[in-house]
Amino acid sequence: MKRLVSCVLESSVFHNQADEPNMRLRTNLVDGSEGSQLFEDTSGAASGPQTGYSNQQPGPQAAGFPGQSILSDPMSNLAMAYGSSLASQGREMVDKNLDRFIPISKLKYYFAVDTVYVGKKLGLLVFPYMHENWEVSYQQDTPVAPRIDVNAPDLYIPAMGFITYILVAGLALGTQNKFSPELLGVQASSALVWLIMEVLAVLLSLYLVTVNTDLTTIDLLAFSGYKYVGYVHHLSMFTFSSPTHPLLPFTYHLMIVGVVAGLLFGRPAYYLSLLWCCVAIFVFMIRTLRLKLLSEAAAEGRLVRGARNQLRMYLTMSIAGAQPIFMYWLTYHLIR
Amino acid sequence: MAFTLYTLLQTAILCTNAIAVLHEERFLSKFGWGVDHGVGGFGDDPGIKAQILTLIRSVRTVMRVPLIIVNSACIVLLLLFG
Repeated sequence: MKRLVSCVLESSVFHNQADEPNMRLRTNLVDGSEGSQLFEDTSGAASGPQTGYSNQQPGPQAAGFPGQSILSDPMSNLAMAYGSSLASQGREMVDKNLDRFIPISKLKYYFAVDTVYVGKKLGLLVFPYMHENWEVSYQQDTPVAPRIDVNAPDLYIPAMGFITYILVAGLALGTQNKFSPELLGVQASSALVWLIMEVLAVLLSLYLVTVNTDLTTIDLLAFSGYKYVGYVHHLSMFTFSSPTHPLLPFTYHLMIVGVVAGLLFGRPAYYLSLLWCCVAIFVFMIRTLRLKLLSEAAAEGRLVRGARNQLRMYLTMSIAGAQPIFMYWLTYHLIR
Repeated sequence: MAFTLYTLLQTAILCTNAIAVLHEERFLSKFGWGVDHGVGGFGDDPGIKAQILTLIRSVRTVMRVPLIIVNSACIVLLLLFG
């Protein structure tokens, strides 16, 4: 039980480390241009290359001084240059081969987020009613990174939401004394399977209706993953809102809103939160997909006749309507 | 509702088999879903029926050989390991 709590605490801390990937990206760029520095650090320090990465900033000044004695010998100078060129060649080859299977450069775009974006997007997921402008801004034909535009889809929130959902599901099961470590794996794989089936179903229906959109598969994955935030919200509302809960002292700093609204105990809090999140994600999905799926005229709200536009409207409605159904289905069996 | 990735794989294999088994002449033509019925739609609006027919035909053409391999592997594995 304490292990679960520490896991949940750690995962909530993860949300604040959104600017870490940016730092790591920058140090990777530094590595590429200063290959010899990398060799200096790993040969000098006994610890692995990881600490070498984090020492990059004070590194260049300190590593120059002990390097003087080694670099003075021309033979080892040559060996050093050859080794560093070999390393950069190897890294290029690995990058090229990996890029063939997983499009890493495209994936990096989806994880280019920062704390402000995550905060705004989470607020938008729970309360999408006040937001006016839902268009994704473009920059010379490519979508702008999520850091700059709050409407752009990203993969950070769905990924973190998925992991948090599994942990909170374990917590919810634990409060009913139904927890065992295998159940975590079972929850994870079944949630993953539902996600994959939903993305495949949406892809199939998009193909059948011959809609020309610029929605990629990864975009669909991102949109389908946004409901995990809702899952987490109402599962934790249920778990943390019973008055006889042994973890109640810990919950005050975890989910303040849940505790305040948890004046109603147990199930009613879950149903209220379910209702709120279902409506919120329904509206969010419709407003996001409206601009991407429907034709120009229909998206602006004017009534456009024609079988094809109606079909697109039905498609948007059904994609958005499937989200609350999934939300109910995937959390209900956890609170029974 | 314990779905695993293994059940996803099983579902995929079964569905692909089901689509590949639909025979043109003996079955689909009786419904008016044969090859000659589907190709009519040029222009920018093929319609749902034409899309489904194209999908069925392309699945049959592309997945015929891989399905043979995968099905034989499944049969052998199920015989050996139950």
